[in-house]
Amino acid sequence: MRDLPHGVERRTIDGAEGLATQGEPVYGEPESDGWRRWDPHRSKLGAMLELGMDTGLDGGERVLYLGAAAGTTVSHVADFSGPTYAVEFAPRPIRDLLDAAESRDRLFPLLKDARKPETYAHVVEPVDVLVQDVATRGQADVALANRQFLADEGRLLLAVKARSEDVTADPEDVFDDVVTDLESDYEVLERERLEPFHADHLGVVARPR
Amino acid sequence: MTDEGWFAGLDPEDHGAAVTRIREGQAETSADWPRVAVEQGFAGNRDEYYDRLHEVTVAAAREAAGERERAADRQLVHAVRAMDDCREQANELAERLSEWAGSLDDDAGTGVDYARELAAQDPETPGDRRVVSLARRVVGLDEEADDLERFVETTAPEVAPNLTMLAGPVLAARLISLAGGLESLAKKPSGTVQVLGAEDALFAHLRGDAPSPKHGLIYTHEAVHGTRPEDRGSASRALAGKLSIAARIDHYSGDRRPDLQAELDERIAAIQARGDDDA
Repeated sequence: MRDLPHGVERRTIDGAEGLATQGEPVYGEPESDGWRRWDPHRSKLGAMLELGMDTGLDGGERVLYLGAAAGTTVSHVADFSGPTYAVEFAPRPIRDLLDAAESRDRLFPLLKDARKPETYAHVVEPVDVLVQDVATRGQADVALANRQFLADEGRLLLAVKARSEDVTADPEDVFDDVVTDLESDYEVLERERLEPFHADHLGVVARPR
Repeated sequence: MTDEGWFAGLDPEDHGAAVTRIREGQAETSADWPRVAVEQGFAGNRDEYYDRLHEVTVAAAREAAGERERAADRQLVHAVRAMDDCREQANELAERLSEWAGSLDDDAGTGVDYARELAAQDPETPGDRRVVSLARRVVGLDEEADDLERFVETTAPEVAPNLTMLAGPVLAARLISLAGGLESLAKKPSGTVQVLGAEDALFAHLRGDAPSPKHGLIYTHEAVHGTRPEDRGSASRALAGKLSIAARIDHYSGDRRPDLQAELDERIAAIQARGDDDA
């Protein structure tokens, strides 16, 4: 299994071993010695790391995170990354994201629609990593529309939620469709189901073509 | 659309203008903004740029989130209340109208539909003119209610997608309205949601004069009134439970959970199957 990024470690907290990052606690997660638990059940990116997917993350990268929601995952990402731009469209969860950004001075919250990159291209710089976890239809389109932000050697780390595309279809068919759409602009390096941490989700690592 | 950064031409001290730029600016393509900002003298170095960016993005997100929240659920509450008022007024005026029209014409009908018939007539006497004019007001109010309902139908899924999925837009809006907002609805226990709108019956019960009400507003939901009377208590308890969960998800996370619908359908089907066993 590949090494974890710098700034992410396996630590024993509260008697259980698991991923952890260093930063101010955000959502009541267990912590000790300045490290806080990164629960893969609550974070798709956490699950991708836990499952040993080769994310290419080293630590210190510039990150654009789409679908930041209440900031659970993006707070961990900001703990081990460089400048981190967090896009979320729903006004309610962004309040919690603002709390996470309070103690993280390189985490930049943006209340924007990830389907409309032109509304934040004047703020977001080109990045090394594009993380996407948006629970809307057209998840491949969002990744394609935001391809412009990703450096040539960068990585797309995508969590696909089958049920957001089609509640009734077989998840595996939905994943195939999404991956096929992605391949117009990305080379897919790895795909893996995120069970047992997230039902009907696919983790994808890709790089721009 | 320009290809300039949010800081282009800004006075670094002008916080308000910067927040507006973050919120409303656009660009065709991204660029190495920290480098550009330093070159243009907006910041002395990258760290200073990021410090400013942090300050203004946090302020912009807070401002925009506050505005959008207040705007959306207040609009919905006003719209559904106005819709109910328009319908009530239309019905009340239609009654007055049919009383008056009945004194002029033995075949006069009743209700808003009759007002619609009258409104299409050509009045001859001054008395007829007043009756027809009143009928047109009734029709106008009824049409206004229809337009408001369409507005509720498009707004409710934006404000509370999960609650709307389970309850339908109008019931979702009425629940939010009765609770005084989505946040207060999300904070109510499901037992309260179950009897929202049945306050009179609830207080009679608390005085000891009546049995506890089984349902309030949610009676209008198919899951309750489509269930045989003996099992409506169970059905409304199950429905209220799911509606409360939906309202909490809508308020606290904004996530969509299509599974809630299947869970509710399954639960209601099990309750309704009890009657089939007895038959």
